[in-house]
Amino acid sequence: MKETELHHDKDIREDLAWSQINSDIMKSLENPRRGFWYTVIGCLVLLAIGITAEVLQYMYGMGRSKNHPHMWNLYIATFIFWIGMSHSGTLLSAILHIVHADWRKPIYRFAEAMTTFSLMTALLFPVIHLGRLWNFYWVIPYVPARGTWPNFRSPLSWDGFAIMTYLTSSALFLYIGMLPDLAIARDNTTGWRKKLYSTLSLGWYGSDRQWRIFRKAYMLMAIFLIPLAVSVHSIVSSDFAMSIMPGWHVTTFPPYFVSGALYSGCAAIVTLFILLRYYFRWEEYMTLAILEKICKLTFAIAMVWTYLNLVEFASVWYGHDIYGKEVLWAKMTGAYAPVFWSMMFFGSVLPFTLAFRKLRRHIPTMMTVSILLNVGMWLERWMIISPTLSQSFYPWSWDVMWPTLTSWGIVLGSFGWFGLLFLTFVKIFPSVSMYEVKEMVYHRRLASEKAQAERRNTGGAQPAFSLSMRKEDGS
Amino acid sequence: MSLENLTQDWSRYRNGIEEGGFHNYEHRWGMAIDLNACIGCNACSTACYAENNLAVVGKERFSKGHYMHWMRIERYWDEDQAKAEFPDQGANFLPMLCQQCGAAPCEPVCPVAATYHTPDGLNAQVYNRCIGSRYCSNNCPYRVRYFNFWSYPESAWPAPLNLQLNPDITVRDKGVMEKCTFCVQRIRVAKDTAKMENRKIKDGEFTTACAQACPTSAIHFGDLMDAESAVTKLWAKHQVKRHDDEGLPVSTQHKQNPALRGYRVLEELNTDPSVMYLERVREELA
Repeated sequence: MKETELHHDKDIREDLAWSQINSDIMKSLENPRRGFWYTVIGCLVLLAIGITAEVLQYMYGMGRSKNHPHMWNLYIATFIFWIGMSHSGTLLSAILHIVHADWRKPIYRFAEAMTTFSLMTALLFPVIHLGRLWNFYWVIPYVPARGTWPNFRSPLSWDGFAIMTYLTSSALFLYIGMLPDLAIARDNTTGWRKKLYSTLSLGWYGSDRQWRIFRKAYMLMAIFLIPLAVSVHSIVSSDFAMSIMPGWHVTTFPPYFVSGALYSGCAAIVTLFILLRYYFRWEEYMTLAILEKICKLTFAIAMVWTYLNLVEFASVWYGHDIYGKEVLWAKMTGAYAPVFWSMMFFGSVLPFTLAFRKLRRHIPTMMTVSILLNVGMWLERWMIISPTLSQSFYPWSWDVMWPTLTSWGIVLGSFGWFGLLFLTFVKIFPSVSMYEVKEMVYHRRLASEKAQAERRNTGGAQPAFSLSMRKEDGS
Repeated sequence: MSLENLTQDWSRYRNGIEEGGFHNYEHRWGMAIDLNACIGCNACSTACYAENNLAVVGKERFSKGHYMHWMRIERYWDEDQAKAEFPDQGANFLPMLCQQCGAAPCEPVCPVAATYHTPDGLNAQVYNRCIGSRYCSNNCPYRVRYFNFWSYPESAWPAPLNLQLNPDITVRDKGVMEKCTFCVQRIRVAKDTAKMENRKIKDGEFTTACAQACPTSAIHFGDLMDAESAVTKLWAKHQVKRHDDEGLPVSTQHKQNPALRGYRVLEELNTDPSVMYLERVREELA
């Protein structure tokens, strides 16, 4: 801890030995702190609750969680939430990769894993919410005996294509980016792990040719993923924007959804950052300087989100659609008003804590804030769905519905499912990119040597410590 | 496939979008409901329950919104009614059923195409194809689609009520959407009979269960493509026009005389409903 405070302005210490990086990160596969196991147990409990709720719903019918005007409610809200969460992994690993932001290097691996696993969680919801979930595969365009295709005009079937494409590509991207690290893991483990990593590392031995091909493939995937990520959430937003319902039929939905997605994803990265840093004692790698950078990014996105919110309100307010206006007014003053105003508070006011340096560097505060930001974003998704369903065109069907225990159970279960997938991943695979951290350290070292040389030439002050470290490990 | 084929397909697709809705109807089944005659007795709703084997869900489930009434009587009160001597009385009734829209919002959103437009002008619902995503219900402005939240097997009708179940009706189990079909089983029988007898369907040859049961004959049912049918004449009399009629691109009543009573519910949404309502005329309260 003392060490990090000493170098608090640096993203990473430039005198880290490469072998030390290897051993520090590989340690995460062996001995996490006890808190890790407590979290695993918590996730198992949540998952058990979720499975119980799902079994009940499957056996007795959707009536356990839905009613007439509220045909979607929590499930689709949580679906959007998880899809949204997946976007920041791509932001960190692909967008920041092509703009050469070095500070992403220690944290992008787990962010990319978060993308993959939150997509896998999100995929559960459209299936769970089906009345006849055993027929979910009818949405997939295969040629069945009956010769019927899915309806290509329906945004729900676009969802299927978009999410499956995104899931495949982001899982592939995660895997490609991990190849050199899997080779390090292969060289440093025994037993079943050795077998696993030997297979997965695809015979990587780090030749120049392999590196060249690897860099190209990685860059190609990064470029491919960026438009994909943006389009996925735009398509999810068209589930609503393409309908005719007041409050859903909104032109600004695609950018609004994408910004909300990046927002909740960044907040989730802060949460997971703090957790991993604690579980695996990674204070050296996940430094406060990097935390500060994600927090700043989150703050910027929060402001974009707030702006788009205001644009939406203003355009509904000044538009002459009485139905849309009434839904907006009902959101602000009706039965869902407490939820709506909590969403506005968590989403637009709370992020101002990220504007203060002291708070940004205070771990417990950031943990709380990042979780509350995500609570706000979850409420936002709920507030997109329920008010419109509760007060649409037809006054006869106006009805306020609060979610039932069954639907809450399934929502909680999804957090358990995501948590388990994620925790299993970080225990089996190196969740900090070793080769890229080395790269980063190397870049820092070059920069500081250059600065030193300049200082020497101009006769400036002596540096605080000498840099005698050299390349020690070739992998 | 040649390039020419592709471009032809594309232009057909483009035109289909711009013209909107369905064309080349064989029949266009439609209704005219006279609210002047409606006394809110719920006979139509009851008849619908009996004809279509609708589940009676019970008070508790009804209050939770798990009702299955394809035909419902809505009650509305005027604002000044609250001050009247008997505030509960004097409701305006609106029998609401699936409007069988010509440009139905429910159709394009179904991911598996379980709801589609028939050449008869109906929004058909294929129960066996439905996977229960409920998107159609969310996009229906009239909220006339009902979802099987629970399973209602034959045993849900206590004996001897199970004996009145209609054998011509498709069974729906939990997890599928259902809605008013304009008594499609009666339409099928009438069409088959007419075909066997090698003639056209006569107006008034058959009608829906609700129209049949209405004690005041408020509900008129017939083919809007048949220029001689009673419904077509009513529509014409009140200057309500279908979208595909005379190629009207937008919802326009073209009503010259504001005293005419015909209107369609939420017509401004461009859904082109097949049900016309005739406004109720009330005396002014002194």
